[in-house]
Amino acid sequence: MSYWNEKYECMSRDEMRKVQTERLIKTVNRVYDNVPHYRKKMDEKGILPGDIKSVDDLKHLPFTYKQDLRDTYPFGLFAAPMNEIVRVHASSGTTGKKTVVGYTKNDIEVWAEVMARTFAGAGAGKDSFLQVSYGYGLFTGGLGAHYGGEYLGATVIPTSSGNTKLQLSLMQDFGTTHIACTPSYALYLAEEMQELGIKPEELKLKAGIFGAEPWSESMRKEIEQRLNIKAFDIYGLSEVIGPGVACECEYQCGMHIPEDHFIPEIIDPETGEVLPEEAQGEIVFTTITKEGLPLIRYRTRDLSSLNYAPCKCGRTEARMNKVTGRTDDMLIIRGVNVFPSQVESVLLSIGETAPHYMLIVDRKDNLDTLEIQVEITPQLFSDEVKKLEDIERKIRKEIESTLGISAKIKLVEPKSIQRSEGKAKRVIDKRVL
Amino acid sequence: MLVKQISVFLENKSGRLADVTRTLADNHINICALSIADTTDFGILRLIVNKPEEAERILSDDQFTVSCTSVIAIGVEDKPGGLAKALDILNENNISIEYMYAFVGKTGNEAFVILRVENPDEAVKTLSSCDISIIPSQQVYCM
Repeated sequence: MSYWNEKYECMSRDEMRKVQTERLIKTVNRVYDNVPHYRKKMDEKGILPGDIKSVDDLKHLPFTYKQDLRDTYPFGLFAAPMNEIVRVHASSGTTGKKTVVGYTKNDIEVWAEVMARTFAGAGAGKDSFLQVSYGYGLFTGGLGAHYGGEYLGATVIPTSSGNTKLQLSLMQDFGTTHIACTPSYALYLAEEMQELGIKPEELKLKAGIFGAEPWSESMRKEIEQRLNIKAFDIYGLSEVIGPGVACECEYQCGMHIPEDHFIPEIIDPETGEVLPEEAQGEIVFTTITKEGLPLIRYRTRDLSSLNYAPCKCGRTEARMNKVTGRTDDMLIIRGVNVFPSQVESVLLSIGETAPHYMLIVDRKDNLDTLEIQVEITPQLFSDEVKKLEDIERKIRKEIESTLGISAKIKLVEPKSIQRSEGKAKRVIDKRVL
Repeated sequence: MLVKQISVFLENKSGRLADVTRTLADNHINICALSIADTTDFGILRLIVNKPEEAERILSDDQFTVSCTSVIAIGVEDKPGGLAKALDILNENNISIEYMYAFVGKTGNEAFVILRVENPDEAVKTLSSCDISIIPSQQVYCM
């Protein structure tokens, strides 16, 4: 068995509760003392840090929402002084949508620890060559995987995303054994290999650690077959820490959550009630070791369920099942979080009124594509082709800088986009996962 | 003097052009001249019709995106160099043409051309002063 930190990964449930209780109390005190936003929310609910006596009292604490991060943009929820914050990451988005996360030196170590557990669970170790093909930068994927790989002692190859031919030649020359990227990119690599006549047997690749976007069991089988590797599912979100919030072991039966760092709960997204074990609902996380941005009962908007039965691998941590959907309209396209409202704000910035629009998401050659259909308005229309093409170009540029991904813009006739009664339908997702 | 041109936004999908012409036909509007500019995804249909205001209203009511632009109709001699003469004049006077198209008329040995320029009034002045025949709008609408 390949544990990284057996003490915590295989701890008895009783001991884990003790660890969680102690760390939760510390965290609640920390946010109450250092973050006015949290103190206000707790005061409003009439809860003092002293009321939290064990992990069972978690349910009494108020939820934290993405909106709280936006309302306190950029650093308002930080619970450590800025001179202790050694790194920030941020999600793409307009000012209204951006969320910033901050890490102390200790947080970076916690992150490396949970990512090292992830890689160890996927069979990687000191002798492994880990190619990190997640994007490096404000996105947490690249650097999160990078530090975890180094902490593990693996040889990290920081290729970042893109430049597929280079990725493949390094895999051949360096003997990459593990790769971390999005599952759709893994399939794209398989396709390129076929094109270039590289056979999976010629590579030393053993396993891939795939996440940042939804994928299915059938996609896993396809990746495993075409790349001749074992494909591991990981889960993470920047608010909680980044990648490393949960990961599969070799039995691939749910993703283990490092519960000594993150306490999961499943709640009813409508009522906020905590649901019994193994029920399907919204997964909520409380971080209990983070200093920079501790989050109390953070609403992920991801639908999942938990399994507390000990795993065949020997780990005793709770396992979360594959995310089955969202409670909001967020889309994940090429690993990037996209809200239809971001498109609306771009269109508003171009015309005086936002035209009717539709996002069409598809997957071609294993890469997500985004087409945005925009109904032409009399105000945008011109009898000159170049002016209309200018509008398309302008929208495309703005979308790219706002969303962080490129999109094809298609002007369409008025009333040609289907209207729905009630809530506007802004997305057609044709991806078959 | 200026001719009113109706422009219609059309997606590149089958039947759309027929939809426009059918709508006009049903309302007894005659098309005098037309041209289409197209890209991969969309096209702009430009029309000169006998009743431009009515056509604009009818097409708008029928959910088409329509705009109305002033263009110039000129008559040039129907022989080599006829068009070149007119365009040379515009060029010498730094008047650039956004687009143009020819159309079939029913009078004499003149050929007719529709010109779209940034400042049509100024262009008309320049052209007339150089003896290029400008076709009045009312005459165009009856062609």
